[in-house]
Amino acid sequence: MQTHRKSRTALLIGLAMAGGLSSAMASAADTGGSQFSNKLLLTGGVSQIEGSAGGGLTPWAVIGGYGTQDEIGGNAFYTRLNLPDYHLDDVGALVGFYNRVEVSFAQQRFNTEQVGGALGLGNGFTFTQNVIGVKVRLFGDVVLDQNSWMPQVSIGIQHKKNDQAAVLRFIGAKSDQGNDYYISATKLFLSQSLLVNATLRYTKANQIGILGFGGDKNNAYKPEFEGSVAYLLSRNWAIGAEYRQKPNNLGIAKEDNWYDAFVAWAPTKHVSLTLAYADLGNIVIKQKQRGMYASVQVAF
Amino acid sequence: MFKYSLPAAVLATAVLFAQSTVAQEAASMPQQSAAMAASAPRDPALKPVFTEFGGKQGLMSLMDDFMDNLVADPRTRPYFENADREHIKAELVDQFCVILDGPCTYTGKSMASAHRNLGINRAGFNALVEDLQKAMSKHDIPFRAQNKLLAKLAPMHSAVITKK
Ligand code: HEM
Repeated sequence: MQTHRKSRTALLIGLAMAGGLSSAMASAADTGGSQFSNKLLLTGGVSQIEGSAGGGLTPWAVIGGYGTQDEIGGNAFYTRLNLPDYHLDDVGALVGFYNRVEVSFAQQRFNTEQVGGALGLGNGFTFTQNVIGVKVRLFGDVVLDQNSWMPQVSIGIQHKKNDQAAVLRFIGAKSDQGNDYYISATKLFLSQSLLVNATLRYTKANQIGILGFGGDKNNAYKPEFEGSVAYLLSRNWAIGAEYRQKPNNLGIAKEDNWYDAFVAWAPTKHVSLTLAYADLGNIVIKQKQRGMYASVQVAF
Repeated sequence: MFKYSLPAAVLATAVLFAQSTVAQEAASMPQQSAAMAASAPRDPALKPVFTEFGGKQGLMSLMDDFMDNLVADPRTRPYFENADREHIKAELVDQFCVILDGPCTYTGKSMASAHRNLGINRAGFNALVEDLQKAMSKHDIPFRAQNKLLAKLAPMHSAVITKK
């Protein structure tokens, strides 16, 4: 157990250093004023846990990648979430088209560590879920619309497929795949250096789909509220907090709402690093799943 | 019940505010001065920001670096290399000075007529904002003060960006 913890810390530090290094390289290359990435720093958000552009937990109305109306931009990310009794590895990529449409992919690997053993699934039993996302900006411009209260508004869909159909059925989930539908409104109050996002998600997903979709307690779509606030400290640094309301469909595994507090650093447009402290509450048989969330994103 | 009324209320409020502010702005200004005022909307609340920019003197030396950045940046150079840069700098000083409630008068063109024939797109606009951010940071202007000015400039996009 002890060595396990050490290797996690090493991984987090390694992640931070990798981010720092690639950013140092990127900033050396950045001084000429790049031709392909023309959106403003940090206004594109980072990659959220399901691969869409947003905060860490929740999608925003922004279209990912630094491309403008005339451009295509993209990025790839790796996220690691370390909890007391589980961990999550999350990789993915997205492409933004003309600041209008975003297409994303993410693969989440949720490792149950010793809990898997305790439940008879075997230590290190892992749920793998693939998420394909499409987001469309309906109206508004998060940066430019500073003389009205009009936010940027987008709608999106996240299609999710989990690879553990048999286990999911056993715990009471109704399906191993599902769609989340959401609408997001993002507003930058530039004169206050404050960004606010509100998302309404229609979902049946249990623990974002890691535990399947629908359940014995409820099998209907429900609207869930998600919110983020970010305060821009400088062109390169932002801090903030997030909230994500969740359904509670499974009789055997109570599900809590999620929270986090984050700091994001984008030394250049090519790289960003996000560190967060996340509180995911109860997950199956373990209470108080709180831990570190680290994410690197590289833009191309 | 409460669970759904909160997000609904947030969305509804945002949309309502958006509509009412747009309506107000349209109603409260006579047609002609509206175009000029839109080029340099004086905001008394920004007086402290004028000081943070180092007054008119500060704006003048800021504009030197800003223009240097614009000419060095391949994305903006084509627009400025053959322009009367000293004139543009002087107009920009007056414009920013008025926006920040300094003791100046803006006598330049409206943003629409100054940029009408330039064919500027969104990428060019963003490039200029970045070059301004770099210049402001070089002059140690606090980030919050920078954003207060940028928030006044951003709405001018509709007059400046003519190429989709
Ligand atoms: C909010 C953003 C902008 C502001 C506040 C602004 C402000 C001004 C001002 C005050 C003038 C002088 C007007 C006069 O001569 O009376 C001017 C001229 C000019 N601006 Fe802008 N500008 C903005 C964006 C841009 C952008 C994005 C470009 C190009 C990338 C640009 C290119 C020019 C050029 C080339 C001129 C000189 C036009 C001429 O020779 O008549 N401007 N601008």
